[in-house]
Amino acid sequence: MFLFILRRAGVMALTALCMTFIVFLLTNLQPNLEKLAKTQAGSRITDAEVQSWLERNGYAEPILSRYGQWLGVLPGALTLAEDGTPESGRCIRGTTVDSVDEVPRFCGVLQGDWGYSTKFKVPVSEIIGERLARTGLLMFWAFATMVPLALIIGVLAGMREGSATDRTLSTFSIASTSTPEYVSGVIFVVVFASSMVGLRWFTGSAKSAVDGITFENFTLPVATIALYGMGYIARMTRASMAEVMTAQYIRTARLKGVSFRNIVLRHALRNALIAPFTVIMLQFPWLLTGVVIVEALFVYPGFGNALVEGAQNNDIDLLLAVSVVAVVVVLITQLISDIGYAFLNPRIRVT
Amino acid sequence: MESLTWTGALGPWLNPAIQIAALALVISAIANILVSVFTADDRVHYGPDGAVLQSSNATRYTRTAMMLSLAALILIALGYLVGGILLPAEQKGIIGRISTRFLPVWIALVLVFAISIAFKRRLGLYGHLFDNVIGMIGFGLVAFWVFSAIFADMIITFDPVQDVISGMKNKAPGTPLPSPGEGQYGYYLLGGDAIARDVFSRMVAGARVVLTIAPAATLFAFMVGIVLGVPAGYIGGRFDTVLSFVANLVLAFPVILLFFLLVTPEIVQMGVPTYMAGILFLFPIAFLVILWNSRFHTQPMTRNLLVAGTLLIGGWLYLGLAWDMDPFGLISIPGGVLIVFVSVVFVNSPTVFRIVRGLTLDIRTRDYVAAAQTRGEGRWYIMLWEILPNARGPLLVDFCLRIGYTTILLGTLGFFGLGLPPESPDWGTSINAGRGLLQFFPFPPLVPAVAIMSLVLGLNLLADGLREESLKD
Repeated sequence: MFLFILRRAGVMALTALCMTFIVFLLTNLQPNLEKLAKTQAGSRITDAEVQSWLERNGYAEPILSRYGQWLGVLPGALTLAEDGTPESGRCIRGTTVDSVDEVPRFCGVLQGDWGYSTKFKVPVSEIIGERLARTGLLMFWAFATMVPLALIIGVLAGMREGSATDRTLSTFSIASTSTPEYVSGVIFVVVFASSMVGLRWFTGSAKSAVDGITFENFTLPVATIALYGMGYIARMTRASMAEVMTAQYIRTARLKGVSFRNIVLRHALRNALIAPFTVIMLQFPWLLTGVVIVEALFVYPGFGNALVEGAQNNDIDLLLAVSVVAVVVVLITQLISDIGYAFLNPRIRVT
Repeated sequence: MESLTWTGALGPWLNPAIQIAALALVISAIANILVSVFTADDRVHYGPDGAVLQSSNATRYTRTAMMLSLAALILIALGYLVGGILLPAEQKGIIGRISTRFLPVWIALVLVFAISIAFKRRLGLYGHLFDNVIGMIGFGLVAFWVFSAIFADMIITFDPVQDVISGMKNKAPGTPLPSPGEGQYGYYLLGGDAIARDVFSRMVAGARVVLTIAPAATLFAFMVGIVLGVPAGYIGGRFDTVLSFVANLVLAFPVILLFFLLVTPEIVQMGVPTYMAGILFLFPIAFLVILWNSRFHTQPMTRNLLVAGTLLIGGWLYLGLAWDMDPFGLISIPGGVLIVFVSVVFVNSPTVFRIVRGLTLDIRTRDYVAAAQTRGEGRWYIMLWEILPNARGPLLVDFCLRIGYTTILLGTLGFFGLGLPPESPDWGTSINAGRGLLQFFPFPPLVPAVAIMSLVLGLNLLADGLREESLKD
């Protein structure tokens, strides 16, 4: 078990390294850097000024060396003014220092420095922390509605395969998997928040949720995220439940005369929930896309919004941090789902 | 001219009828649930031979009532469509007029269904689909959009991009043109969008954009996934380890981040999509060449003909599509569309790779594979002519699902304004353009949203029907 986790951790580190390098490469292509220079120093600057801006801010160095600096394995670039005081450099962005001695030599991810956001003009770790907290809240409520509902739907549909309940609920789950967030969001807003239908139960924007979530401003975003993911979990649960219900021990229980309710609750349910567990864990990374769409649609400044803003302004450090968070979430959920699966299902032995 | 109502002259008769039918359906459904809850215990009877019978008269009645009201509902809905076509033009409502515009689609649908049902016993898996209600509904929805895309030029009432008619900005459905020109259609059937274009025509034209990109991109993703996945599963070893790692790497990438990084004007300017297309578009050619060579290498004449044909046509398409260097100047894709296409293929192929690899790992242990190995068949022959055909069932189902997923991805790209030009009529872009004023003018984004949903729902239902029917054999 320990070796297994160790090996997975190694693969995780390698994946994260490859991924951040790809992101680094793509954000540091020459046209992207020029765009960055123009957004930072003014859109009307000449090509020569762009070049000098890039050199002054350390973007002109070879890409591998800059990646090393971001990682924290190479010393951070530093430009000195003529009198020997540090003028600009990767380790002093956003702060002012007087002498070279105050500047740390390394300032990369390994030192816990996530860099400086060129868009928001604050350290990246600050933005990421704040945004993750908001998105975490959204995700929590989305999961809190999605998972129980999906499991109930799946179990109800799967316990009597082929019945009218099964067909109705299965059709509902198929419909829910074919409604991406930008479709259900639009429909929800039209029905529940616009003047057309006139229900106006909820607000169509979650902007006010930053100061405190209420039923009114948070329901639609949560429902939008939950709806798309729900169908998939429900279908998996249904398949697993239907399979369990045909198992030998269920037949034995039936022949013993156990009531149907007890068969479902005490014999089938626990075994039927092993497979959906994996699916639920693997939904986490997949939800990121949903979060980005929902945060754009409902104007909620969370993690997804940071991703969009970072990408649109080519905010390199912010994008790298976002991708690190994303890949860590993906890989950790994969790990948990593997370990959890082995724990829940005694027939699986991890070697 | 007055604005159109939704139902036109049919309204006074059919509107009350559909309300009654809907009410009846709701009441009978509730009654059915209540009755089945309260009679749950005494529904089980024991037959004379001791067999357990489940029956209850009460539920039988409520169920019949439910079915009847549902049938009435469907019939009335059909009445709106058919009646709308038959009414004289000035009495038609919005639904009637839309239904009339879709006339070529209805005819094609009826023909396809009639022919398919008549010959369903001779049509293999496709014919079996018509034994399955879910599959038929799904097929109907998909076929509706496919025919809409094919006949789009006959259906649209205005040019989806160029016809900007002043005074029609953000107008409600059925608004007449202020001063219709000679031969111009008199109304904006589903209203006007924020720059006064016809929402209805944009929806229909959007079907054409979506239904050219999505299936083609899915097909390419399958080619890549198959060419890499079958050998990874069959040969295994280091080849498999490396490819699996790369596939997992791409899968660990959040799709949305990848899109934001790849689908930007700066990347197109660098020529990245061209290089990616240059690699990805090689796979279908490689696939076909290996396919022919492995099968016909004992008959050099046939093999040479097939391979030469593939290389000629494939190479021509390849030069035109990937490098924009078609010697005849016939085939080319604009950079914006190419990057969308390439990134969708790129995102989809690792998943296909994993599915194909898993199926191969399963099938390679079968006896017929061992038999082919004993006969001394070549590796590629076994992979492409023994293993692949036996994986076709799950792959076909996944293909349907994946077209739906690709449609969703295309919509996502459009929703963030990535790739396709902002005036493009595709559904995602239209949703993006309309979402700002969603609460005040819901129709411009609502119409394409419903269109996406119905197409993807159709594909998912079709896949479900196919899965059920292919499991029956």
